[in-house]
Amino acid sequence: MKNPIGNLNKVFDSRIRMGVMSILLMNAEISFNDLKQLLELTDGNLASHMINLEENGFIKVHKGFIGRKTNTTYSITKAGEKAFKEHIEALEHMIKGMNK
Amino acid sequence: MPEQSQADQSLEALQDIKRMMERSSRFISLSGLSGIGAGISALVGAYVAYGWIVDYYGSDVKRGAILLRGYTPDGAEELKWKLIGLAVAVLAVALALSMWFTWRKARKSQLPVWDHASRKLLINMLIPLAAGGFFVLGLIDHSDWNYVAPACLIFYGLALVNASKYTLTDIRYLGILEIILGCVNMYYPHWGLRFWALGFGVLHIVYGLIMWWKYERS
Repeated sequence: MKNPIGNLNKVFDSRIRMGVMSILLMNAEISFNDLKQLLELTDGNLASHMINLEENGFIKVHKGFIGRKTNTTYSITKAGEKAFKEHIEALEHMIKGMNK
Repeated sequence: MPEQSQADQSLEALQDIKRMMERSSRFISLSGLSGIGAGISALVGAYVAYGWIVDYYGSDVKRGAILLRGYTPDGAEELKWKLIGLAVAVLAVALALSMWFTWRKARKSQLPVWDHASRKLLINMLIPLAAGGFFVLGLIDHSDWNYVAPACLIFYGLALVNASKYTLTDIRYLGILEIILGCVNMYYPHWGLRFWALGFGVLHIVYGLIMWWKYERS
């Protein structure tokens, strides 16, 4: 028997990283400030999670400027989309498995 | 039972994902009362405009001949500017009322009014609306009053259909109704003001009531 938990991705265990991925799945590009507002987080807290996701190759960072202020935006990578969708499927399997 | 709690956790995680996906892509604080407010201001505006038009054209209006005869230079120019001023005022009041009710609803549910989702909603609504605005100004510039009301209805309807991807999907049906009304109005151009009042007044109020009933009642 296959263990359903095996397909769950450790990276998405954190609610914040899971939230970031959910948002990026729906939006081609989103700024750091919009993410912060949507997830109700502080700068430092969100930044560490974004670095983690970037190091895993799940998101891409674009640094730009609006006037003199930096404007950092993020988008999801193909690998990130695949990994997150598999994670969602694994969650679904867990629920279905329990109802049998 | 640990298995049960694992399923619960998964379910919770999925609900979280769904909520974040929705919240980041749709502006859900649009209030039904906004529709009712906009509808009432449209009806009041149409009523005032009707009075002015009847004053100007006399009893002919009863035979539906308002726009058929074209217009005489002096009073017509004045009426034109009065009507344009009225239209701007109605738009301003309607916008102010709908923004206020929506701001109130967002505050109540502790959601931001100006965020990623509302910005996307606004931009996507503004594209057809701006095109429609230029089109209608062009019609007025060419003194082609017959098609002002249908053009308003059709472009507004298209704006709503476009906007429905970024807010509560129900607004799509309102958009489709506005488009149909505008298309029918093309063939009854003398009834422009009545169609306009029906589309911007009555439909808004009915839509607002339904939305309020569906999402905000409690």
